[in-house]
Amino acid sequence: MTDQVKPQASVLANLDEVRAMIKRHKLNDSIFAIIGLVALMIGLLTLLTLFVDLVMDGYPRFNLDFMSEFPSRRAGSAGLLSAWVGSLLVLSVTFISAVPMGVGAGIYLEEYAPKNWFSDLIEINVTNLAGVPSIIYGLLALGLFVYILGLGQSIVTAGLTLGLLILPVVIVSTREAIRSIPVAIREAAYAVGATKWQVVSQHVVHYSFGGILTGVIIGMSRAIGETAPIITIGALTFIAFLPPSPVSAEPPYLNFDWLFSGFTVLPIQMFSWLSRPNPEFHINAAATGAIIIVVTLLMNGTAIWLRYNMRKKIKW
Amino acid sequence: MQSKFVMSMSVAAFVAAAFAAPVSHAAPEKIIKVDGSSTVYPITEAVAEEYQKATKTKVTVGISGTGGGFKKFCRGETDISNASRPILQKEIDDCKANGVQFIELPIAFDALTVVINPKNEFAKTLSVAELKKMWEPAAQGKVKTWKQVNPAWPDQPLKLFGAGADSGTFDYFTEAIVGKAKSSRGDFTASEDDNVLVNGVAGDVNAIGYFGYAYYDENKDKLRAAAIVEKAGSPAVLPSRESIENGTYQPLGRPIFIYVNATAAAFKPHVKGFVDYYLTKSKPLIEEVKYVPLPQKDQDAVIKHWKELKPGTGFGGVAEVGVKVEDLLSRIK
Repeated sequence: MTDQVKPQASVLANLDEVRAMIKRHKLNDSIFAIIGLVALMIGLLTLLTLFVDLVMDGYPRFNLDFMSEFPSRRAGSAGLLSAWVGSLLVLSVTFISAVPMGVGAGIYLEEYAPKNWFSDLIEINVTNLAGVPSIIYGLLALGLFVYILGLGQSIVTAGLTLGLLILPVVIVSTREAIRSIPVAIREAAYAVGATKWQVVSQHVVHYSFGGILTGVIIGMSRAIGETAPIITIGALTFIAFLPPSPVSAEPPYLNFDWLFSGFTVLPIQMFSWLSRPNPEFHINAAATGAIIIVVTLLMNGTAIWLRYNMRKKIKW
Repeated sequence: MQSKFVMSMSVAAFVAAAFAAPVSHAAPEKIIKVDGSSTVYPITEAVAEEYQKATKTKVTVGISGTGGGFKKFCRGETDISNASRPILQKEIDDCKANGVQFIELPIAFDALTVVINPKNEFAKTLSVAELKKMWEPAAQGKVKTWKQVNPAWPDQPLKLFGAGADSGTFDYFTEAIVGKAKSSRGDFTASEDDNVLVNGVAGDVNAIGYFGYAYYDENKDKLRAAAIVEKAGSPAVLPSRESIENGTYQPLGRPIFIYVNATAAAFKPHVKGFVDYYLTKSKPLIEEVKYVPLPQKDQDAVIKHWKELKPGTGFGGVAEVGVKVEDLLSRIK
């Protein structure tokens, strides 16, 4: 009997020890979870406070007139029309210039580039470019686009500048997205006789499209809030007219005069209102800030939604 | 899906190519380009807004600071430059090198206002000599308390807020107080954004700063303007419309200018029309944005000067302080 009891007791004692250990580990778990939660909350609450503050300050200006009026010396009748149209046009140039180049470069680096010192060099450079302060891009653009290429302080200059700025973001996220495709998919495609181009276009890019799109949208939402490089190339502060319309009623229907027009964008309009002596203008600035944040959140939200939906559709 | 993607990519590439092609500029539209001082900006903006409404001519106004504005102006990129101080010799040389001639037009007065915290009771009047003691380059790292400036003042730290080195306000203040443009101590909070200075002085009992009158006027509840004593024995004068008009607010009452490209003035009717409008219709606008219009006599002299399209500056490349508008115009032959 005693022989039987003894080991049982030892097992029981052992069990207590194990339970204590589990308890300790669970405590560690929850401590870490709390630290993580606090870290998350600091970020979220800061954003929320900022946003609520902006909305409360800018509240009186949230109406249609604010979107459809030109800037004015009277804060109450000043609006964002030239700024949001400017932002839209600049961003479309950015999109058209940065996305094909960035996605192309990403695909090349990931799928085609031979692995040697040269592609390593490119890789290091791309990663470094993503960390270059935006003002540097502004200075580059001022020298290159404005003076050497003679594009002037125009929409096309600003669009290309922001294009350069988000290019590394697009390249890096394209590569990340492509890397997430299992090797088995490629091998299967090759195994049934697909060419490299077929593998890339029909499988790799197809399946990573959601990820690429996410990168593109995140890049664009960074571009929309950029101020420094656009101020450097000399965007205007007071501009109370719109660039020439890109579409016209008579042939050739499309015209590109708007590319060379002067412009202003949302963050610059906000910046300029903030530096006014009259506190009335600070209300306008707050409203503009809230609008920029909403647009950015919407764009990022769309990116998440698209990624989720495209992931769901993929059936391997 | 994949074919759609490839298609959209090729469309994008095509459009990009289409964009790259027309590097030649579109037919020059009638746009009046103005850039320069942030101090003059509110006036020009108001005039531009009204002129655009009245005539449908397009006007753009940028803020690059007086110095930045002259850089663009002298390269011939702008038609009109806003300036809160007269053009300097180096800028005159730049303009000359590029064959740009200019017409100098004083348009209004501003009172450079020295402000202190409303709780500061001891420095309500400041003499130019005291200001110089605070701001001259020799004070750097040495003059750190109010007591060091005037023994009658408490032994409290002196916190300085001033305009950034690119601004005409900085040039004018240093010229008027220290005696040499751009000559200032470097260890103070400098900002091109006057609201930073407003908040800095409003938030610190020991602070002192300077900026254009409009910023003081909008923040009267948070700031106190110091009365300025020009030299020993002269009365302490507060900045105001009267003290600027009768010339007693010295040496910080200053004229502000627009510089018009002489070629544009002569050959571009829309630029000429804009300046005509500026000189004849701006008076209520100047008052609205809290600056002091020129007295009628001076205004008439400026209009006459403009009609004659006389190029040149009355300052000879120095940021001279305390010049009367009529003397200034008569110097330009």
